[in-house]
Amino acid sequence: MNEYTAQDFKKGQPRWCPGCGDHFFLASLQKAMAEIGVPPYETAVISGIGCSSRLPYYANTYAMQTIHGRSAAIATGAKVTNPNLTIWQVSGDGDALAIGGNHFIHAMRRNINLNMILLNNRIYGLTKGQYSPTSPRGFVSKSSPYGTTEDPFRPAELCFGARGNFFARSVASDNTETMAILQAAYRHQGAAVCEILQNCVIFNDGCHDSVYTSAGRKENAIYVRHGEPLIFGKDNEMGLIQEGFGLKVVKIGENGITKDDILVHDAHCMDNTLQLKLAMMSNEDGFPVALGVIRDVDAPTYDAAVNQQIEDVKAKKPYHTFMEMLETNDIWEVQ
Amino acid sequence: MNEQLEVKELDNVVIHFSGDSGDGMQLAGNIFSTVSATVGNGISTFPDYPADIRAPQGSLTGVSGFQVRIGSGRVLTPGDKCDVLVAMNAAALKMQYHYCKPQATIIIDTDSFGPRDLQKAEFKSDDYLGEMGIDPDRVVACPITKMVKDCLADTGMDNKSILKCRNMFALGLVSWLFNRDLELINNFLREKFRKKPAIAEANIKVVEAGYNYGNNVHASVPNTYRIETKVKVPGRYMDITGNKATAYGLMAAAEKAGLRLFLGSYPITPATDILHELAKHKSMGVTTVQCEDEIAGCASAIGAAFAGALAATSTSGPGICLKSEALNLAVIDELPLVVVDVQRGGPSTGLPTKSEQTDLLQVLYGRNGESPMPVIAATSPTDCFDAAYHACKIALEHMTPVVLLTDAFIANGSSAWRLPDINDLPEIHPHYATEEQKYKYSPYKRDPETLVRYWAIPGQEGYTHILGGLEKDGETGAISTDPENHDLMDHLRWDKVARIPVPDLEVLGDKDDADLLIVGFGSTYGHLYSAMEELRAAGHKIALAQFKYINHCRRTLPKCSASTRKW
Repeated sequence: MNEYTAQDFKKGQPRWCPGCGDHFFLASLQKAMAEIGVPPYETAVISGIGCSSRLPYYANTYAMQTIHGRSAAIATGAKVTNPNLTIWQVSGDGDALAIGGNHFIHAMRRNINLNMILLNNRIYGLTKGQYSPTSPRGFVSKSSPYGTTEDPFRPAELCFGARGNFFARSVASDNTETMAILQAAYRHQGAAVCEILQNCVIFNDGCHDSVYTSAGRKENAIYVRHGEPLIFGKDNEMGLIQEGFGLKVVKIGENGITKDDILVHDAHCMDNTLQLKLAMMSNEDGFPVALGVIRDVDAPTYDAAVNQQIEDVKAKKPYHTFMEMLETNDIWEVQ
Repeated sequence: MNEQLEVKELDNVVIHFSGDSGDGMQLAGNIFSTVSATVGNGISTFPDYPADIRAPQGSLTGVSGFQVRIGSGRVLTPGDKCDVLVAMNAAALKMQYHYCKPQATIIIDTDSFGPRDLQKAEFKSDDYLGEMGIDPDRVVACPITKMVKDCLADTGMDNKSILKCRNMFALGLVSWLFNRDLELINNFLREKFRKKPAIAEANIKVVEAGYNYGNNVHASVPNTYRIETKVKVPGRYMDITGNKATAYGLMAAAEKAGLRLFLGSYPITPATDILHELAKHKSMGVTTVQCEDEIAGCASAIGAAFAGALAATSTSGPGICLKSEALNLAVIDELPLVVVDVQRGGPSTGLPTKSEQTDLLQVLYGRNGESPMPVIAATSPTDCFDAAYHACKIALEHMTPVVLLTDAFIANGSSAWRLPDINDLPEIHPHYATEEQKYKYSPYKRDPETLVRYWAIPGQEGYTHILGGLEKDGETGAISTDPENHDLMDHLRWDKVARIPVPDLEVLGDKDDADLLIVGFGSTYGHLYSAMEELRAAGHKIALAQFKYINHCRRTLPKCSASTRKW
């Protein structure tokens, strides 16, 4: 495989607002692409509509910026047709979870081998500030001046509900972790959802404040690592244990808790119960926000299965051309 | 009872097989039309199935029919009113008698006209013929159920299986009435049930019983009939529906173009059989994706086109509404895509199983902005093959989505199709990016003559590019909101479609001295042509211009002296 640098994947001058999380993410994606090493011409970036969906214009690969919400379906057709393409399907919380919700869940159910990026800033930015399907209840925006009267989606819950096999989360400003989950998503065969917590400096500034800085993440987030104990905190003094049907935050050394009592993360566990618990943790409920690869389970991919079935039937059926196929019908001859 | 009845020659005849949904009317009709075609008769068939999911047995809404028209020459429609009605139960007689010609022969199974049957069919008395005003002399009243039971009594078959053979008795009777060669029917059945020889033999036994019944009792008809073949076009034939022909056209085009065929679709009546048909042919590399919705059907096809497939999506009325936004993406991206719209009655869910030709304006103009898209309307079940093939050719050679309009009538209707040789079909040359464009490729640069942009397939080094729904600069491919560029791009997209070569519009009939010119499009061809021929035979001067290539079409109409006379 060729050696690439991030520069090889760069194109044009991004037009997002200064400070927008999309800038951070784009840089991480381009670096991750270079490290992954798939040539730009075997890579396709496919997006829908929204601020984040402008991203393909800045990727020096094959790319499509399509229509609102449909990029998962468009990417599905492209991937089935050419499974050798590495496809990054990029969308935002409105694009993927509102107008494109149906395609989002079915891409996961089918387990099509796409790297699905969900840039979540909990707001509609391009249309200048309306609440999104991830805005919290009561959220005040231009279209909800008295606060929203509806509950938000939590992307992980939707992903798991649709039988998703890969879910990872990172903060846009956290370049190292973002690159790590993007590479894990690439390695994962199947629909791999990366939720990127991203700030909108104009319409929803501070929406992920508690975890947006490195210091904030020390206290308010936990990096989950497969096979390692779920510990966090400034001095890794905190941990998670299982209690009853739920998780519990404990301090190592207090109440007789030792490091051995701490739950060990298993991203490969088929049963997603505890992975979902991790993914659903929030600061509001007294938990750290889980970052990293939360679930990563092998399962047959749709694109491979579709193409394998074609090969299997080719081997089994006696006809392979149009003229041979015609002969399978009831034919008569008029002399 | 052995003297021979007179045999009358007919030019064409319409036979309607009707009964309960489970009575196997379609199979009986199909066998009859196929053996007729085997001897060179023209055939046209149309199934009439109920819209109810599963109506109660014997009820009026559960009546299902299959109409067959056979003729000594070319037959363009399955006909209107029938010459022979086979009514397997009381409900079928009640529902279908209105579609009989005044002198039609009516074959009924008297065993299905008991008190409960009559009640379900909403007859008031047991004088059902009287109630309908049917002349008993026209009726072949036969205890079909009882005779089938007797015929198969010693086969060891269970009652349910025996009853399933009732349709074969009716087929035998009709075959006698039209002097069909039983051997052809028996061969057909042996071939159809070659894996179940016992079933084949049971069916044959019942067909023969029906035939002999007619022969022995002369079935109270004044004569039997024969339909000679006047014009034979030698060749190998099969019976094909419009939907199947559409699927075949797509497959032939993919093979000719050397491309993988991709269909993204969502089940919808009456288009679903295209998905069914293509899903069967994986051994030819056909890929079908049954999507989560209509939008994804179109969207996945656009993704497949981007990735280098011959991409198609199939749908009907409500589905074409849902696909409209994605179709516009294919217009601005200038990607090859074939959209099959099997029209049905609307608005809204409308009449899902019935035919209408009311999507034309929608596919021409039902998208935002200036959105030119070629539209081809198939004219018959067999023409669906040709129309689908050419839709693919235009899409691939001119880098544009193309709409193929058919409708429930020609999609479900069938006629005899002379098998084509793929070597005789026109070449298809997808408009690929050239070697010279490597490392310099810009997606919206065009061939100066045809205005067609070049297709660069992901995976090829040196051709990376972005397509998208935003207007682009024609030279650089970058996003552009410049009004002059937009005006230019609008014109280029329009002119590109206008420069697609299409055949001249053909005017049929009295094209040089017609008093009336009939103008139609697509699937109404058979009816309009038949009506024109009937009127011409009556001495009128009439011509027909049937549009198949609609956007764009050859605007130079041949001379036609149609007057403004009112009819």
